[in-house]
Amino acid sequence: MMRTKMRLLAGVALCLGLAATQAGAEGKPSDEISKYREMLADGNPADLVELRGEELWKTARGPKKASLEKCDLGLGPGVVDGAYAQLPRYFKDSGKVMDAESRLVHCMITLQGFTKEEAIKQWFSKPGKDSDIEALVTFIGARSNGKPIHVPHKDPKEAAMYKTGEYIFYRRSGPQDFSCATCHTSNGMRIRLQELGNLTTREGAGTAMKSFPAYRVSQGSVWTMQHRLIDCIRQARWPEPEYLSDAVIALEVYLQGNASGTVMETPGIKR
Amino acid sequence: MNKDRRKVLKAGAGLGLLSALMAVGMISPQQAQAAIGRGAFDAKTIDDVYKALGVAAPTASDQVVINASDIAENGAVVPIGIRSNLPNTQAIALLVERNPNPLAAHYDLTDMAVADITMRVKMGQTSNVVALVMADGKFFSATKEIKITLGGCGG
Amino acid sequence: MGNPMKIRATLNGDTTDIKILMRHDMETGQRKDAAGALVPAWYIQSVVVSVAGKTVINAGWGQAVSKDPYLALKVKGANKGDPVSVTWTDNKNDTRTDETTIA
Repeated sequence: MMRTKMRLLAGVALCLGLAATQAGAEGKPSDEISKYREMLADGNPADLVELRGEELWKTARGPKKASLEKCDLGLGPGVVDGAYAQLPRYFKDSGKVMDAESRLVHCMITLQGFTKEEAIKQWFSKPGKDSDIEALVTFIGARSNGKPIHVPHKDPKEAAMYKTGEYIFYRRSGPQDFSCATCHTSNGMRIRLQELGNLTTREGAGTAMKSFPAYRVSQGSVWTMQHRLIDCIRQARWPEPEYLSDAVIALEVYLQGNASGTVMETPGIKR
Repeated sequence: MNKDRRKVLKAGAGLGLLSALMAVGMISPQQAQAAIGRGAFDAKTIDDVYKALGVAAPTASDQVVINASDIAENGAVVPIGIRSNLPNTQAIALLVERNPNPLAAHYDLTDMAVADITMRVKMGQTSNVVALVMADGKFFSATKEIKITLGGCGG
Repeated sequence: MGNPMKIRATLNGDTTDIKILMRHDMETGQRKDAAGALVPAWYIQSVVVSVAGKTVINAGWGQAVSKDPYLALKVKGANKGDPVSVTWTDNKNDTRTDETTIA
């Protein structure tokens, strides 16, 4: 563990040293990266994904030829505005704590008649094959913009999921003996030139959670929070959880709980 | 640029093809008019792009301004703005020196257009980018190095 | 046919800012798929922007333009309510036109 961390820090120091000598008379690397991000933010390709999601939401599809307009995302059937900001939450009808994505899939199954397998077959985009789920989640997320994240985890089932999420967050595991907490519990850490948020604080968790779903320049597609967390876990060299698994939803309850009060601003745009 | 268009027009075969495409409605007259030779996009060095465009060595000018960050976090999307303060700017082109094909984009401007364009391009590696401008029939340029970094987990 | 574009056109003083997002994969022809085969080049080659029926910009693009292209430009002498039309054509001769009006 210690060795890994030192190697990581040495690598970061090396990166920064190099950047400093090369930068010379030019702008500071952090200023230049801020400028890059500002230029990206004006014109987020995810806006097009959001439009497609809205179309999909209203279109009658599936064996039952129904739209998703009667889907209950927690604020009542058909209420999309503000729903994402209050997810995950406990749903009586399914007896489960569900996040935006598992609830969306629930609606695709119950309202539209898809099987779960059909609904999640393409849960993320591949080159040339756009994901409907990504588009729908982008649409749902954007309808919470301007609303504060509010996941109080007061219901006993939600409270249990928060605890589980917290446990997973701090649990060291895998060949590198890594946990989420290894990189995400102190301020001012970074990997290469990228800051690592302190996800135990409202500011740190809020910065991350308010901007998802987000367009990822690296993949040229939108990433949902499920995708983000599953990939974090892969990067920590843990076995990858299944899409929509309770472990991921538990982490979301923990992070949304910590982020509560932060105003939603989606779709974000990331490198 | 415009000189190249004249070349295309001079070439009977080229003109024939454009007319034929227009006749079957595959391209609009506007597009045919815009057609700088696609050859410039296939050129592998900046010099060859200049040759294909019929450009002699352009003059470096501080009236051509490249607006981009010194560092891009991802080479797949590098936002670059080009502004020309030169009177009668007729065309703007962006070249990325170390891309397999340096010419990324070429814009013919009419009188209504302000010579100020922003786009996003792919860069395979850290490279100089060149803004080429045609103003009043003459060619000017500006050059800036943009470094491509590899980020961390991606936020 | 392609997917719809998003076009924003706003008058600020005497200039109109036009910002365009297009949905296109912009395949370079150099990327390999999972099976290791080259994915053929497929990218927008021309973009024409016109305001009130008059061409403002005629663009030629290469493979280097990023996926889901973004283009921002400025126009003089246009008025609120003027129609803005954008047409792209790719190397497979697929084409798409979208319109908006200046706000």
